[in-house]
Amino acid sequence: MATKTSPDKKKTGKAADTTNGEPQAFKVIGTRPIRHDGVDKVTGRAIYGADVQMAGLVHGRILRSPHAHARIKAIDMSAAEKMPGVVAVVTGKDMPDLRDKMADLGEGTVNLAHLGANCLAHGKVLYKGQAVAAVAATSPHIAEEALKKIKVEYEPLPAVTWVLDAMKDDAPLLHDNVFTSEMGKLGKQPSNIAVHLHFEKGDVEKGFAEADVTIEREYKTASVHQGYIEPHVSTALWNHDCHLTIWTSTQGAFTARQQTAELLQIAISQVTVVPCEIGGGFGGKISVYLEPVAAILSRKCGRPVKMIMNRNEVFEGTGPTPGSFVRVKLGAKKDGRLVAGEAWLAYDAGAFPGGMIGPGCMCVFSCYDLPNARVDGYDVVLNKPKTAAYRAPGATQAAFACESVIDELAEKLGIDPIELRLKNAAREGTRRVDGPTYPRVGLVETLEAARNSDHWRSKLTGKNRGRGIACGYWFNIGLKSSAAANVNPDGTVTLVEGSTDIGGTRTSVAMQLAETLGIAAEDVHPQVGDTDSVGYTDVTGGSRVTFATGLAAYEVGLDIRRQMAARAAMLWECKPEEVTFADGVFRRGDKSTSFKELAGKMHQTGGAVVGRATVDPEGPSHGFGAHIADVEVDPDTGKVTVLRYTALQDAGRAIHPSYVEGQMQGGSVQGIGWALNEEYFYDDSGRMRNASYLDYRMPTAFDLPMIDTIIVEVPNPAHPYGVRGVGETPIVAPPAALAAAIYRAAGVRLRELPMAPHRVWTAKKMTNDEC
Amino acid sequence: MVKKTHVSTTINGETAEFLCEPRQSLLEILRDTLELTGSKEGCNNGNCGACTVLMDGLPVNSCLVLAVEAEGATITTIEGIAEQAHLHPLQQCFLENAALQCGICTPGFIVAAKALLDRNPKPTEHDIRFELAGNLCRCTGYDKIVRAVQDAAAALEGKH
Amino acid sequence: MKDIEYAAARSVDEAVGLLAARGDKARILAGGTDILVQLREGLRDADLIVDVKKIPELVGLSHDAKRGLRLGASTPCYRIYRDAKICAAYPALADAARIIGGWQIQSRASIGGNLCNSSPAADSIPALIAHDARCVIAGPSGRRTVPVAEFCTAPGRNVLARGELLVTLEFPPVGDGEGARYLRFIPRNEMDIAVVGAGVWVKLNAAKDTIAAARIGLAAVAPTPLPATEVGAWLAGKPATAATFAEAGDRARRLAKPISDMRSPAEYRLHIVGVLVTRALAGAVDRARGIVIGHSPNGQEH
Repeated sequence: MATKTSPDKKKTGKAADTTNGEPQAFKVIGTRPIRHDGVDKVTGRAIYGADVQMAGLVHGRILRSPHAHARIKAIDMSAAEKMPGVVAVVTGKDMPDLRDKMADLGEGTVNLAHLGANCLAHGKVLYKGQAVAAVAATSPHIAEEALKKIKVEYEPLPAVTWVLDAMKDDAPLLHDNVFTSEMGKLGKQPSNIAVHLHFEKGDVEKGFAEADVTIEREYKTASVHQGYIEPHVSTALWNHDCHLTIWTSTQGAFTARQQTAELLQIAISQVTVVPCEIGGGFGGKISVYLEPVAAILSRKCGRPVKMIMNRNEVFEGTGPTPGSFVRVKLGAKKDGRLVAGEAWLAYDAGAFPGGMIGPGCMCVFSCYDLPNARVDGYDVVLNKPKTAAYRAPGATQAAFACESVIDELAEKLGIDPIELRLKNAAREGTRRVDGPTYPRVGLVETLEAARNSDHWRSKLTGKNRGRGIACGYWFNIGLKSSAAANVNPDGTVTLVEGSTDIGGTRTSVAMQLAETLGIAAEDVHPQVGDTDSVGYTDVTGGSRVTFATGLAAYEVGLDIRRQMAARAAMLWECKPEEVTFADGVFRRGDKSTSFKELAGKMHQTGGAVVGRATVDPEGPSHGFGAHIADVEVDPDTGKVTVLRYTALQDAGRAIHPSYVEGQMQGGSVQGIGWALNEEYFYDDSGRMRNASYLDYRMPTAFDLPMIDTIIVEVPNPAHPYGVRGVGETPIVAPPAALAAAIYRAAGVRLRELPMAPHRVWTAKKMTNDEC
Repeated sequence: MVKKTHVSTTINGETAEFLCEPRQSLLEILRDTLELTGSKEGCNNGNCGACTVLMDGLPVNSCLVLAVEAEGATITTIEGIAEQAHLHPLQQCFLENAALQCGICTPGFIVAAKALLDRNPKPTEHDIRFELAGNLCRCTGYDKIVRAVQDAAAALEGKH
Repeated sequence: MKDIEYAAARSVDEAVGLLAARGDKARILAGGTDILVQLREGLRDADLIVDVKKIPELVGLSHDAKRGLRLGASTPCYRIYRDAKICAAYPALADAARIIGGWQIQSRASIGGNLCNSSPAADSIPALIAHDARCVIAGPSGRRTVPVAEFCTAPGRNVLARGELLVTLEFPPVGDGEGARYLRFIPRNEMDIAVVGAGVWVKLNAAKDTIAAARIGLAAVAPTPLPATEVGAWLAGKPATAATFAEAGDRARRLAKPISDMRSPAEYRLHIVGVLVTRALAGAVDRARGIVIGHSPNGQEH
């Protein structure tokens, strides 16, 4: 097991004296207060989506396709409708016809016809598990029994579930209205290839010609699921005044509202989305699945309808992250300097276009200063569930390939893998292959911290053991956030923000307001508002909440400071601009009053103080990480045991270090699961055979060591407190780090995920047979 | 429809009676009939542990117990772990260690960990990891959960 | 789940009566950890479930050095591995009981239930075969006894006829120089279904250097749990050495006829049979020599 490091030891970054205009000697930032919603969550009182109860509630269930690809010829619902206890039955025909209408959802556009068909199929089913019809009944058991009475006549069609197969000319075609989009032009024939992306910089041929060493390898990864423990759940009430209220588990209440309104073709103001506590998302709870279906069931029966997926439906009916094929070629000089890179990526999008190929292409070489590079990427539809974002979506597949080639280069050149990376590390001024030039970023510092870490410097002893390292990158986005706060007469502040809290962001946002106001973290009472009680806020995703909603909280703090200074000026009969504020105290000359005292005089000085802010900061803030893994490989079985693991990352500034560590640990373990055992296992007919936690094999506590963390702090110049965002980067490096470790333990390079025992054993066997 | 059955139990120290259909799980009755929604449904087939309750002192997946089987049983749910006005040391240590992120698995972990500490007051890291393998967490990577249980064991030892 | 009736039988006769009256529309509920999932997922169908946990004869264990062990069919797993005497005398049984699901499952699931569920990958069955356990079955026409090795007939199917009920499992008494081990291979370390399972029992000679007798049961390598009788017979008289264990592994591999599925390719299963039999034999021999062995998930200590 890993050595236990005390939390205090984990901060290695130096706190700069001043950055970004705000003093950086912090009172609140960098401390570890107990999260505001904590007591409710350890006592079972917190209300998650499934905990919503209301009078007259009925229960909805969904009938799903048993086929991977089929035409729906007829649906007969009459027997289900007649069943006692059944109050409504709907199909795709109960949704508006949305042929090829595009909608902008903040984090990108979506074809509403596709989104709608993913909620309830129209005419054709494109994957096993796609929703076909839905029933509402007085008990979930009755609803489930009623599904068995719906008769659907299918005409099965050939299915395809591997991305390279789906790209072939003779592959079964999923859509007759999807044409390859390439360099701004659309192809003439319908195709499963929805998009071809191409990025290029420098002169790639010349670069490779100059290389002393060139390595080219191919990598495959299986589809994996986000695996959040809370299944999707939504309760909808279509009231008799035609107002629709939805209580749901979502990463973005406003996005859920917009998707639902667009799909049902109703005014956005007709919908209120109440975000409940959310039991994990990791990108998988952005797209709507149940919300519009519950809504139309409620409209039909006039009662609130609650829908909860079972685990099997979550696997088969909601977005996994793409399976992929990636080819990477890198050329280097003898001294280790990279001179050229080429990548070819094909990602499956699932049944509808719009997968993760864009970020995959942008991230594949994102850690390196490559003078000459070319990247081609393909977004490919096939008969699997529509993919969804999953923690740094698209980056992990790309990094598995690129980082593995880097490891092979290091070996071939006889250069330490950290030194090779440091020599080529992306830094301020590096231009990525897709165009952007990095501002101040922290990859070099992160790699140096890795090189200096106890873990890297320790000697790994014992048979069949090996150590690997890999880097990871994620953009960390900005986008829109709103917040408002009321000052209470006792000097505390109630904060309402629009970001649903998946992992403690209420606290990391509240801490930034507390820091700005010079009050304790506990004196800010944060809550997440519904779509009627807070300004528009984009999804909790892209590692943006502590960065962007934190920025909104900071701006709220400035607004409150301005208003409170005016109150002090009123009391002191001076101009507001003569009042200064520092360390929680307002001053003018020899007069001073604390924030708390002044709050107590609020009602004598004009009434409530309400601060508000809405921000749309420039992203990205660029998160770089490096992971070190020690493994042991059972020589007889090929099974990999992770012995020790250290995740390092530039967090910019760790607002609440415990939750930064938590993100790094949780992301690492998801990456370890992806690397070693998790996969969507398909049979020849395109049916997933392991749609349960039992057979999907996510890591348990007994599969892991402690996950050590080292937080590096290179403050983000674009945030007043230097925050970069941390959530996604930690999932990117683990597969490549483990592959490198396995190579050193067992002498075989694994180029396909998961690196399950049978694959390691087979690779060893093939190596032995060749010898 | 099959007639409902009357069931008498003791839940969190109080007598609780309810009517249930034989097909209803204990989890369903706890959540939907008794409004004890602290026990969570993550998989409904015994693989995630989010619905863990103590039944006659033993940890069980309440999704795999029929409510009718609870006749005469003594049940403790997450709502019964705190001691009157005070959090149980496990709850306190989960908070102090930031051992939860989304929090959906937390009730199951705390109940299972209580069963562990009731039986084995000084568990090793290996013991904790082994005995809590029936509880899945997807957010934390388990590190902080293991530490929280270790700290709670130490706190409980100090108490006794 | 569809609407269903529930009856808690108080005696074996009552249970047999209920089961006989409803035939294959009645299902037995012991720990419920398999049957409730199967009913929910539509993998099995029933109108009536008969809870047998309130029948005194079906719950509990009685151990006697001379007569052996009688294990009530619905005794929860945790009672087996918490009993130091049982762990000492029937260690492969305890090994299996300790790894069927997590603790929450073991509070409810029983060895009898695991056997009657008759999965080819059941963890307890190879251990029961190794320990030479016998099934006491009650039915409308009285009681009969069937060796565990003959109990399963196909995936999910067994010899229980209409109205029949598994009452107890009987284990022979254990003498000096005996040891047993159950090992399963899974990609994770817990909460997983066996890729392969191997239960081994050995009896050593007085010098404890030679195998006097051995029994081996295998899981997940055939449509039913597989007694590797030929390998057990071959082992008799062989020196208790690593070379013997490895050859036994090879021989066991030749008996196995695994399939490929989402849990493993067949070729890999075949390989793992050899590894596990070798390791489980080493563990059983250690135990026969009085050596306490660890609990590493896949027996890597050997």
